[in-house]
Amino acid sequence: MGMIGDAVAAVRGTNVRHLLMQVISLGLIVSSALIIWKGLMCLTGSESPVVVVLSGSMEPGFRRGDILFLHMSKAPIRAGEIVVFHVDGREIPIVHRVIKVHERNDTGEVDVLTKGDNNYGDDRLLYAQGQMWLNRHHIMGRVVGFLPYVGWVTIIMTEQPYIKYILIGALGLLVITSKE
Amino acid sequence: MHSYALRVNTAVTLAIMVLAVLCSFVSLSDHFHASSPHVHLEVLSIDAFQRQKAGNDEVWLTLNISADFSSVFSWNTKQLFIFVAAEYVTPKNVVNQVSLWDAILVSKNHAKFSIKTRNKYSFVDQGNNLRGSDFNLTMYWHVMPLTGAMYTEKQVFSGFRLPTE
Repeated sequence: MGMIGDAVAAVRGTNVRHLLMQVISLGLIVSSALIIWKGLMCLTGSESPVVVVLSGSMEPGFRRGDILFLHMSKAPIRAGEIVVFHVDGREIPIVHRVIKVHERNDTGEVDVLTKGDNNYGDDRLLYAQGQMWLNRHHIMGRVVGFLPYVGWVTIIMTEQPYIKYILIGALGLLVITSKE
Repeated sequence: MHSYALRVNTAVTLAIMVLAVLCSFVSLSDHFHASSPHVHLEVLSIDAFQRQKAGNDEVWLTLNISADFSSVFSWNTKQLFIFVAAEYVTPKNVVNQVSLWDAILVSKNHAKFSIKTRNKYSFVDQGNNLRGSDFNLTMYWHVMPLTGAMYTEKQVFSGFRLPTE
């Protein structure tokens, strides 16, 4: 009787420990991902250090599914740089090249005009109604590096959400059931 | 210990690590690539000089652009984005950069050219400071890699002057 009771207690004990270990390892994975993302934000000074190209407006330089690394330094914005910018009233940021720059003498404020390499005209049609120029606060970062194809993972996951749920479910199951 | 999932995990992790290291080496190798492009820019004629309704000066001009960028291409170069910008200073603005013409060079074989062209993008000032003013023409080449870091280089041609009329 006592022996069986001990065995049950032992099994219960290991199960609870096991479960705790799984929860902790899951927490470690999530928090290390968060640390990497926030660390990159600090290093690059940009609110989103990595973006995925969603349109073909910069082809053949950037194609849909390419990953771009952004950097936002204090350095002034100059013609030829590829910047990521927000337009009021549009949710998705745009990645285009700066073709005109006018920097004010007294205030240092810049007026910037952008254009997609693969687009025929400049971006004034994409800006908010009546907006002629982008200013510093519209710009989230400039593109410094490039990695092809990797962004397809996120494009597929946002466009086919059930794949995302299947993937998250499978990963979760793997973490919970794994013995090591 | 040696489950199927664990092996797949290890293999995929190793593959990603190896790819990442390879990509960074390829990108680093660009630093050791020396290039000596030849560029020549010329203003052939000032074709029109007008004031827009908003009061801004606008110029139309014809450029002669000849260049040989073939030495810029390395094994990690996807394309060059080249553009010619007019740069000048006005009392209102410390920096004015107006891109006049651009092109994409995708291969070494097409990197040597000479063309005569009107400005592709409008040459408009913020205000009316263009008459009689000096400006530079700068050729920029933006090197876009197959993978890794991008960089830009330039060559400045100074001493151009717009007419007073």
